[in-house]
Amino acid sequence: MTRHLISIEDFDRAGIERILDRAESFAEVAGREIKKVPALRGRTVVNLFYESSTRTSSSFELAAKRLSADVVSVRSAGSSVDKGESLRDTIQTLSAYDPAAIVIRSPYVGAARLVAGWTPASVINAGDGKHEHPTQALLDVFTLRRRLGGLDGANIWIVGDVLHSRVARSNILAFQRMGASVTVAGPPTLLPRRIEALGCAATPSLERLGEADVVYVLRMQNERMQEAFVPSIREYTQRYQIGLDRLREGQLLMHPGPVNRGVELAADAIDSPVALIGEQVKAGVAVRMAVLYELLVGSAMLAEVA
Amino acid sequence: MPTHTVILDRADMRRTLVRIAHEIVEKNPPQTGAPGFAIVGIQRRGAVLARRLQALTSELIEPPVPLGQLDISFYRDDLGIRSRGGGPVSPVVHATELDFPIEGRTIVIVDDVLYTGRTVRAAIDELFDFGRAGRIQLAVLVDRGHRELPIRPDFVGKNIPTAQEQRVNVRVEEIDGYEEVAIVPGDERGRRAA
Repeated sequence: MTRHLISIEDFDRAGIERILDRAESFAEVAGREIKKVPALRGRTVVNLFYESSTRTSSSFELAAKRLSADVVSVRSAGSSVDKGESLRDTIQTLSAYDPAAIVIRSPYVGAARLVAGWTPASVINAGDGKHEHPTQALLDVFTLRRRLGGLDGANIWIVGDVLHSRVARSNILAFQRMGASVTVAGPPTLLPRRIEALGCAATPSLERLGEADVVYVLRMQNERMQEAFVPSIREYTQRYQIGLDRLREGQLLMHPGPVNRGVELAADAIDSPVALIGEQVKAGVAVRMAVLYELLVGSAMLAEVA
Repeated sequence: MPTHTVILDRADMRRTLVRIAHEIVEKNPPQTGAPGFAIVGIQRRGAVLARRLQALTSELIEPPVPLGQLDISFYRDDLGIRSRGGGPVSPVVHATELDFPIEGRTIVIVDDVLYTGRTVRAAIDELFDFGRAGRIQLAVLVDRGHRELPIRPDFVGKNIPTAQEQRVNVRVEEIDGYEEVAIVPGDERGRRAA
């Protein structure tokens, strides 16, 4: 186990499974009268969010608090951080508080990796531009493993705006590491060129969607689109929106949130029992507790054993 | 000094647990209208012994005694210290399971060896996060002394005076494939406090 969580690429299957097993223990804590354990008492966790976020920031905050850490949340939506230099200054300032971990979300690819070089704290990537969102991938694997028992041999389709999606990148890697095969599908303009290099299949057509055991729908990321990638939302909706009409019996539906209701997902699918969206959110806290615990306590123990 | 001294063999362990089970029931007789006692083992070998004590006590009273287990990893008092030296600890993940209300109930915590008392402190702390137990009692197979906290057991299988550098190993069928309590000379891992 490394000291940081920057990319799913840094984790092999055993490393992922270790975090998921730990997350199971923390899921049990969520069912208690007092949903708090003293594991990180006296330690500080800084949440630094340079992009808007509801569930990731709130679940990291809750995760740290349930581990009894002290949490400082710094938000700077629409921030002045346009240059690496000022990000560096911010990190140096925050490092003066001697945090055990810094959780960072940034619109810039590689921000978390850079920060890891500037601070003695453990760094957790909560999303860096279009690159990766590893804790989302871990909680998705956790949710699926709970539902399916395991991902070995599962056929997972990731549908929609793959180009702008850091979730897609992390999830393709994580699903495959756990033994699933992955197909990405969406308008050709929203599929990154040579995405197959990650080991997945790619198709512009939903014809064979029936083969999927799991349909993972991505959000249309209007805020990241500087040009017109699809002719119109209406056309996208007609061709790629996932509703109950496109799903067959037994398929599971996932979405990282927030959902554009009526765009990538039809309302009937969002609210149907095949959707695991609520379970994904719930898994978020337990999995992020596990990540914090493993990075701040578990890895130190492992290093000693080794 | 002998390298490996067996203190209790399989038959001794069985007899000892039967006696402890009777003592637990004797100290906590069933009362109408009040919730009875529950048995809660500390992972891992305490949980195994708890399962046996639950079966033994359930033979003596009605209704069956509730059983739970505690994984105290998140409550250890040395989490921050370990990373700066000290013995290695097991990174294995276990689970806490307490699926009955502990409010007002007598909880009998079970562990294999009572040593510094730090594990028991952590277990008591964890129990409080589930509610306010009426009473908490402690049953251990072996009390080897060297307490570092003001904790004393209510039920003891055997008192074994030991030197601090020695280890007391409890082996159970379910985990180790054989049954035995033995004193072995300590190594550098001898002081696994919690």
